[in-house]
Amino acid sequence: MEKHFEQHISRQFNQELEMLRQDVMAMGGMAEEMVREALTALVDGDTARAQQVIDMDDEVNQMEKDIDAQCNMILARRQPTASDLRLVLAIIKTVNDLERVGDEAERIAKIAVGLADTDRPRGNYHELESMGVTVRGMLHDALDGFVRLVPEVAMALVREDEKVDAEYEGLLRQYYTHLVEDPRSTRRVLDCIWIARSLERIGDHAKNIGEYIIYLVEGKDLRHSPRDEMERTLMNEDKKSDDQ
Amino acid sequence: MMEQNQSKAPMASHGLPQNGKRKPLNLRNEEVSMEVRGLNLYYGSDRALKDISMVIPKKRVTAFIGPSGCGKSTLLRCFNRMNDLIDICRIEGEIKIDQQDIYHPSVDVPELRRKVGMVFQKPNPFPKSIYENIAYGLRLQGVKNRRKLDEVVENSLRRAALWDEVKDRLNDNAFGLSGGQQQRLVIARAIAIEPEVILLDEPCSALDPISTAKVEELIIDLKETYTIVIVTHNMQQAARVSDFTAYMYLGELIEYDDTAKLFTNPAQKATEDYITGRYG
Repeated sequence: MEKHFEQHISRQFNQELEMLRQDVMAMGGMAEEMVREALTALVDGDTARAQQVIDMDDEVNQMEKDIDAQCNMILARRQPTASDLRLVLAIIKTVNDLERVGDEAERIAKIAVGLADTDRPRGNYHELESMGVTVRGMLHDALDGFVRLVPEVAMALVREDEKVDAEYEGLLRQYYTHLVEDPRSTRRVLDCIWIARSLERIGDHAKNIGEYIIYLVEGKDLRHSPRDEMERTLMNEDKKSDDQ
Repeated sequence: MMEQNQSKAPMASHGLPQNGKRKPLNLRNEEVSMEVRGLNLYYGSDRALKDISMVIPKKRVTAFIGPSGCGKSTLLRCFNRMNDLIDICRIEGEIKIDQQDIYHPSVDVPELRRKVGMVFQKPNPFPKSIYENIAYGLRLQGVKNRRKLDEVVENSLRRAALWDEVKDRLNDNAFGLSGGQQQRLVIARAIAIEPEVILLDEPCSALDPISTAKVEELIIDLKETYTIVIVTHNMQQAARVSDFTAYMYLGELIEYDDTAKLFTNPAQKATEDYITGRYG
């Protein structure tokens, strides 16, 4: 978190915020890893790897609780205001989304265990793997934007999320065709639909984190706002900082 | 005008409408109690207040915050001309209360101070009974009717949330009260003469948390009737009780806004640094 959060007169408070920041990044890193590993487990039919992902979810859940406890402590003891307050609130919300990313990855891993001993499809799940690369990239960008306090990341995430949504729609159509053409593959195709759905949700969570970055940096709550409003806000802020 | 009424109407005594949602406040929609324009104040050659212009909204709580020596108490004391008592103090600019310039030569200063009451950091009851502390101002005004005095004493003590604690010992010396009770007594004394404005200069800094909470409750109740201006070093207190907050630094008014806005998303970096405890 840029220098800004290291400039309190209370060095203890600086340390608390720094620890909080590191923990959020560690949690985000783990969620990202879970998504990657779950898809690798799916593609390789590697049940041991899938089981590791399932085990990791407990750790991510525990991290969420630990970070929330740290936030509680800071709220109670420091009564943060302004950007400090917004940071704590943004973190509380971010870890909630990261925990759900973990849940989605766990779901993918469980499906991967079930699919490991079935026939591989022709494309060996490459369409899901590629969607996974996109959403993992989104997650990475969201966390990076959070550390560097770059609200513009939010805009890119909104655009990426729209692409992911379109990709998801396309995949659904493709899977429906499979269902009709090859009823024997029904179970596998339904599982693939679940995975695509999970990946699409992970994209949403990354987009949410982008919105928290706007709140953290600009103090504006743009959740559920149309995309052009977000664009306008970010452009105005740019102009303001140019003027200064 | 419609909008103003709508935004004010649902405000209950705690500054929150019934559903708990708080609408953003805007100084431009407020009725004006006091107006400061181009105010400069010098202690000898030292310029302690620099070109201050602001309005104090009616029946609201306005808080002044800022580091020691920023001029917040000096500014507060301008509103009832307490600075007149300091020989080397000189003032430029104007302060109007209900459209009248309070520094105009024709102004009757004791009358001004009746209209603009003040409570200080340390409770300063008179060395008299609880009853006489409250009745004092009215006696000065020539009120002799015992029933009238009894009524005002009771009402003032009730409004200051002190009545239940002292009703059985009104003739005891006021010094026998606790610090928190003394501070509420002093506020009751200020209310007794029906001022329009009450100035509070760090009213809770000598009080324990329970007494502080009682005085804060009282401040919020009193704003239904009075315009309140409070100087405080306790930022959380400003955040809790005030509707508007002014941040001052080195004699300048840096930022003045809706308290909720100022404490969650201040416009000025200097304000942010101060309220979050950063190196300025």
